[in-house]
Order: sequence, then C-alpha cells, then structure tokens
Amino acid sequence: MTTSEPFRIGTGAGFSADRLDPAVDLAERGGLDCLVFECIGERTLAFGHRDRIADPEAGFNPWLARRLRAVLPPCARRRTRIVTNMGVANPAGAAHAAARVARELGLDGLSVAWLEGDDVADQLGPTTPLPEIGSTIGEVGRPMVGANAYLGADAILPALELGADVVITGRVADPSLFLAPLRHAFGWAEDDWERLGRGTMVGHLLECAAQITGGYFADPPYKVVPGLARVGFPFAEVAADGTAVVTKLEGTGGCVTEQTVKEQILYEVHDPAAYVTPDVIADFSGATLEDDGPDRVRFGGGRGAPRPDLLKVTVAFDGGLVAEAGVSYAGPGAVDRAKLAAEVVEERMRGLHGLNGPLRIDLIGVQALHGTALDYPSEARDVRLRAALRAGSRDEAELLLWEVEALLCCGPAGGGGYRGRITPSVITHNAFLPRERVRSRVEVIRA
Amino acid sequence: MSRRVMLREVAHARAGDKGDRSNVSVWVYDPADYGVVKAQLTADRLKAAFPDLLRGPVRRYEVPGLHGLNFVMDDALEGGVNTSLNLDSHGKSWSFLLLGLEIELED
Repeated sequence: MTTSEPFRIGTGAGFSADRLDPAVDLAERGGLDCLVFECIGERTLAFGHRDRIADPEAGFNPWLARRLRAVLPPCARRRTRIVTNMGVANPAGAAHAAARVARELGLDGLSVAWLEGDDVADQLGPTTPLPEIGSTIGEVGRPMVGANAYLGADAILPALELGADVVITGRVADPSLFLAPLRHAFGWAEDDWERLGRGTMVGHLLECAAQITGGYFADPPYKVVPGLARVGFPFAEVAADGTAVVTKLEGTGGCVTEQTVKEQILYEVHDPAAYVTPDVIADFSGATLEDDGPDRVRFGGGRGAPRPDLLKVTVAFDGGLVAEAGVSYAGPGAVDRAKLAAEVVEERMRGLHGLNGPLRIDLIGVQALHGTALDYPSEARDVRLRAALRAGSRDEAELLLWEVEALLCCGPAGGGGYRGRITPSVITHNAFLPRERVRSRVEVIRA
Repeated sequence: MSRRVMLREVAHARAGDKGDRSNVSVWVYDPADYGVVKAQLTADRLKAAFPDLLRGPVRRYEVPGLHGLNFVMDDALEGGVNTSLNLDSHGKSWSFLLLGLEIELED
C-alpha cells in the first residue's frame, strides 16, 4: 500500500500503566489509520519476566484485555490498526488473550499477529559480555531470568503486509512501533535513511503519549497546562516525506506547543545527532518546529544514517527482595527526631544484625529523591523516614520491616504511620548481539 | 547590574533515563537568554554541584536551532531504575535538580 494522503497515527498508551479513556477517545474520534500502545520500559519488561516465571500464562501487559475490550469496537468500525508491545515477556499469550477478547465482542475473524524472536536467552551464556558494566553474565552472580533483543520496524512489517488488524510484540524499539506502519503506508525502503530518520522522529515524539500533550510538563506558574486532568493523547498527520504535524483531539485537556515538543525531542536521548534504534541512527539535531495553529506543531528536519550492526539486548537477572519500610514524625523537632530514628535503624541493622550491604535511609520532606546530592536546610514539620535495602534473604528483608516498626515503641517520641513491604525485584544489564543472530518471525491467529 | 536567578526562571527542562545514564534537556524560554545559560550551565558546573549523585562523566550537547542543551550524566542513577534504592529510581526529578541552580543575568 502506498498513499499520498497524510497517514494518521496516534498513541493509545505511552507506558505500561497509562490511562485508557484518552485512548478510547482517539479510537472513536481520531479517524486514525493506526493506534499504537507503547507499554514496555526497562522496569516493566523486568516485571514481565518476574510475572511469567510465577505463572507461564502471564508476563504480558496486565491491562491488555481491558484496553482491547474498550478500543477494539471503534477500531474495527474505522479500520484502525492496532500495533502494541503489550506482549512484553509473553507475546503469544497476549495474542491469544486478544483473540479471546475479540470473540467476546463478536469480532470473529479479526486477525491478531504476534512477533517471536526478541527472546534471545538461548543465545547468551555465562561468558557473554555486559560491556557497560565491564563484566559478563556469569560474573553478575545472579540467575538470569530473561534476555530480550530490541527488534526493529522490519520485524513488524511482515505482520502488516499479512493484513493483521492487531499486531502484538515483545521488546521492540519504541519508535519502531510507529515507523513500521509508516514504512508500510508509504513504501519507504529499509535503507532510505533520511525518511527512516524522520519516521523515527515521529515515533520518538509520539511514543510517550501525553508527554507531548502537556503531561510530565506542568510547572505552575511557569508552565501552565489547561485541563491537565483530561489531558488528551497525541496523534500525528504524517506526510509521505516524513514531515508531520503533531496535535490532539479538540475538547481534550492539555496542550501541544513548541515547548512540549522540544522537551520530548530529547527525552531519553543522549547525542541528539545519533539516536540509535535497530532501524536507523536518527539525527534530531537539525529538527525544525513551526506553530501550525492551536495545539498543532509542524516538525521536520530529521535525518538518518545507516542502522547499527549490533542490536541491544536487555538481560534480566533475579534481583532478590527489596524491603522498604517507613515511619513518620510531625510537629516541632520532627527533623531531629527522624534523624535520630535513622541512626537507631542504622545502628541496629549493622551492629546487632550484622548487615554489610547497602542500607538506604531517606528523610522524606527533607532530603529523599535528591538526598545523596544535597543537604537542604530544613525546618519541615512533617517528615517521613524511609529505609530500604536489597535483601540477601527473606529473613533479612523481614528484619528491616521489624526494626522500623519497632521504632513505634522503642524509637524517638511521636513516631507513627508505620508501613512496610517486601517486593521481588529484577535487575537488568545490556548485552549486544550481531543483528543476523536475531531472527524474528510473525505468527497469526484469527478470532 | 546583574542579578542571580534560579535557572527555573529562564528555562524549562525534562529528565529521562536509560540504564544508569540520566539525561536532562534544558530549554530557555527566551532565545535571548541562550548565550548566558550556555556560558554558565556547563558540564563541569553540574559535576561540581552534585559530586555525590553524578558519579561518572557529564557531557553536554548543544541544539542551537531550538535553543536547547542536553546533559548526559553517566553513573548518575544509583545503578538505574531496576537497581537503585532511590524512591525516584528513574531520576524523573533530576530536571529540577538542574532548575534549582542559579544563573547570573545582566539587566
């Protein structure tokens, strides 16, 4: 299929737990050719592996069925294709769940494709290098629980050529979810680096949904966003040359301005002239922005250079248990009492219980997020102590919770509001594989 | 006459993360302030301001066409989102670490 009409592509989710109502609005009123749900991050891929290990049927996005139940009817009516990485660590399981939802909705015959091949665990071993930490998989000293290569638009393209209504992937580079339908619509060749660079810019700008329509942006009184509670999700009208206008639906909250677009251009980008994806090395350094009316920004100027020979692989390891516990102090002297409580926890965990590893203690309200960077003078009257550690054993995790809870009777005066939790964790490092060793394939089922 | 203002008065910023690497892009509201911000908000200044948090090299990229600067900070996320014990393990709030720095403006 090739067309000279602008291709209308929107974002139904920009992260795993993103809202649903703006996606439904786009499906119903956007007149879209394609709706993309981007739902994997480094954190959520790790969670997918954790969930799949606990239950082989799980490991895909937990909101997949709810999302598809809401958007499939309008998308089917308007022939809007859905492309999503909600397969996370189990794309086959996700595709079967999607087909079940379609059948429940009476959308028999709907075609659901999924991608296999990003799981490259069987190609890695203890001697596989992890160059960014100067180590190897074996030297991490923890069980490996999964390894996923970043696939590109070329892996998704066959599913679109087969006419799939819904395409479900695991780990794919986020912009590739958008670049694939653009390549399919406009017939861009896999070595048309300039257009692939521009299409990657479209994908990069859209992939985080509300982050370009006023989310992750408001900072009153400097940056004021109207109707933030009803922030709309974005879509782009993309021309065959890869230039585009980004906008949102009328009547939704939020805003699309040169400022929101600028912030998103370099979101998670390092060298603006070399944004590396499996498809292309995109260059955003010459990007141009132009006001095209209310909540409309026209952009272009993206370029590209030949794609890399190596694909990034996220390798996930069992990270043990993270224990977190907290207690609060308020009123005059709250900071001093919380500091004393921190000393008590430290002394008991180290001296009495022999903890050798890292123990993190924050004073929320005084210094927590930036705690290791700054020592703000504080007269806060509402302070929460938070203690956290990565435990070597269940016992050690429980001991931290016990010690923090014991502050209620044995710690400084007026401590209250104890909460504690123990969470299984996964840690990740990057490996790299030559692209020819990563073979993807498309499977299709019909509802 | 010159006056010291918080960077937040003249610029906006956004933080992102990949692994243990954080990036914060900084954009002046008024293109007229780009030169002074560029001169004062250097990679060395960031590294000196937050030595405990920014443990690795800090690099700065310039995007003059859009009046932006991009700071890339290695080993700046206590191991990264899946490893860090920081409440903000992504470093989403790192943008406001920079916006809290002061800039000297000529009146």
